[in-house]
Amino acid sequence: MVPLFYYLVLSGILFACGVTGFLIKRNIITIFMSIELMLNGVNLSFVAFAAQWHALSGQVFVFFVMVVAAAEAAVGLAIIIAVFRTRETLNVDKVDLLKL
Amino acid sequence: MATSLNDMMQTVPQWSDYIRILPEIVLSLFGMAVMMLDAVMDESKSQKALGAVALIGAFGAIGATLYQAQYPFGYGFWEMVRVDAFSIFFHFIVAAVTAVVILASFEYMEVQRIRAGEYYGLILFGAVGMSLMSSAVELVLIFIALEISSIATYILAGFRRRSATSSESSLKYFLLGSFATAFFLYGVALMFGATGSTSIFAISRSLESGNISLLAYAGLAFMFVGLGFKVAAAPFHVWTPDVYEGAPSPVVAFMSTAPKAAVFAVLLRVIFEINSPVPTRMWLIWIVAALSMTIGNIAALVQNNVKRLLAYSSIAHAGYILVAFAALPSSGIPAAMFYTAAYAAMNVGAFAVISHFGGEGERYVTMEDYAGLGKRSPLLAVTLTIFLLSLIGIPATGGFFAKFYVFSAALQANLVGLVIIGVLNSAIGAYYYLRIIVAMYMHEPKQEAPVAPIPMGAGLALAISVVVTIYLGVIPGRVLNYAQQSVSELTPVGQVVSLQAPHAVEARMATNVKKALAH
Amino acid sequence: MPDNYFARYLPLLIHLVIVGIVACGMVLLSWLIGWRRPTRAKMAPYECGMAPIGDARERFSVKFYLVAMLFILFDVEAVFLYPWAIILRDLKMFGFWEMIVYIDIVLVGFFYIWKKGVLDWGEASMKRGGF
Repeated sequence: MVPLFYYLVLSGILFACGVTGFLIKRNIITIFMSIELMLNGVNLSFVAFAAQWHALSGQVFVFFVMVVAAAEAAVGLAIIIAVFRTRETLNVDKVDLLKL
Repeated sequence: MATSLNDMMQTVPQWSDYIRILPEIVLSLFGMAVMMLDAVMDESKSQKALGAVALIGAFGAIGATLYQAQYPFGYGFWEMVRVDAFSIFFHFIVAAVTAVVILASFEYMEVQRIRAGEYYGLILFGAVGMSLMSSAVELVLIFIALEISSIATYILAGFRRRSATSSESSLKYFLLGSFATAFFLYGVALMFGATGSTSIFAISRSLESGNISLLAYAGLAFMFVGLGFKVAAAPFHVWTPDVYEGAPSPVVAFMSTAPKAAVFAVLLRVIFEINSPVPTRMWLIWIVAALSMTIGNIAALVQNNVKRLLAYSSIAHAGYILVAFAALPSSGIPAAMFYTAAYAAMNVGAFAVISHFGGEGERYVTMEDYAGLGKRSPLLAVTLTIFLLSLIGIPATGGFFAKFYVFSAALQANLVGLVIIGVLNSAIGAYYYLRIIVAMYMHEPKQEAPVAPIPMGAGLALAISVVVTIYLGVIPGRVLNYAQQSVSELTPVGQVVSLQAPHAVEARMATNVKKALAH
Repeated sequence: MPDNYFARYLPLLIHLVIVGIVACGMVLLSWLIGWRRPTRAKMAPYECGMAPIGDARERFSVKFYLVAMLFILFDVEAVFLYPWAIILRDLKMFGFWEMIVYIDIVLVGFFYIWKKGVLDWGEASMKRGGF
């Protein structure tokens, strides 16, 4: 039996990887994948906690998160395509009409 | 929970459960109707019809909310949603903002030559999420509601598809928005791990009983960061100016008010109900509130684009609302609720003016374009002036009482430092709002931006916003009483220390006005 | 059941071996007793698909993306059918009607993309389409 702690550390690392990727990557698709990685880190901790509390609800939440992530992916990729059509680039540094 | 699953199996939802989500049901049905009609109708002439259907849906949601208010309050769907005066207050704001935005959109869509009827469907679907957010008392349901509203607004932000700024705004909103949601979700997961439940009341009970683990603190912090992004509080505000500048103006009117109100409702529930046994939350909110007010107001000083200016101003207003969060629940919650309502009315109105004046492709949005508006279109200029005065917080407008209640709530909690920062910031804020007013009435335009006559839809939207703004500024008593009454049902503490009685304030205001006139 | 670690997985191993034998046997038999008359089209890796050899960086229509996206959406929506199926007996008729409502909502989406011409692959719609 793998202790709960290990799962939590792994999920924390996944989440942190996602955050780091979001902050340092410049390609929009990669940034988007980092967000998905964050969500999957969360999913892992949901399942781990569900096992700890013997609560099925934690696993059902993962279903919901997955569905929401899929909807987000659909919308996100559509937006990325719209940006690519107007700008012909996928580098966030070059998508800079509105100054940050 | 393992036991509650067994309970669930023995029961099916009652009629009352469905009434508790009636506004959401109405909005979803009308949203789907718009989608289906859009698919079968000819694109060149479907716009007005779809807008009308959506408008009926929004008014239907208002009606459903009023019906809910008559019905006994309580839980629905196994303690997933809770209808009380608090949720009805926010439902009403969301539904009303939706109706006004739809009214303001009719003409805008025509001028921008956007034909897609999905626009109205997306507004309704977004409103579903926002309504659900304000009545949900279960964290995963809150997450789903948050995503329903966010995903709809991501698409809406990019609705001027041919414009590069619009799609860029949509992209930035999407990336930072989903980043924030992931934070919120991680907070929910940690909270679930700390307490074994995602129901706000179960969490609150579990935290009250024992010592609070590090997981629970971390969970709360993550949730706060996620929600802070959504309400554009500093230091999580960087996306706001870009997104508001690029997105279509009616959409900005929508997303700067309705989702914010809903997220503030979630924050109120999360902070005051989960965190009620923990008094150490103050410093965190204190810092965020002070930062938001200062950064928002100072950055707004140098803006030349009016949309961008109002974006920074919305950051500052999020800060004012957060001041109320640092106060005691009994006076802070009603103050925050009142502020949200007043802000919704005045900001929707201001952006409705901007979207009418912007013209095709939203060309006229800079300070120079507004020069001399007072002569060319006195009506439009007067309307915008009322909203701007309310945003400053001049007496006889909703913004005045909003700020007054927030600061007096903070004073009751002995947050003198925060109140001083807030008042100084209001003074700074007055400068840049007045700049627009001065430009409209006193500057000569270098190049006259054309003003189209106000059409019926936009006119109605503006009229509603003006009436509500003035109503809240002259007779704030009823709304405030309703907010206070909702708090007594909301907090476990349940003690309502009444704010200064509204009529006393009105009397003082009247003497102040007389003094000012005498000078 | 013996508690030996290996013994517990023995059925799985047997299963794998049988699967291997059956699969190899099928391929071998068809090769031995099959009757072949090769043509050029038949020799292509995908008899009626796209040419598999060429520049990988070739641009292809964004329609492919759209179809893939829709597939993911409708696929993921089916995920709720599994937990529902498990407790359907306990939910009785209520569960049935609830799922009908859910499916209907998904069908509204399907109707929408259908009428919008996303599933229409003809040349005319490709030219007209904003997709």
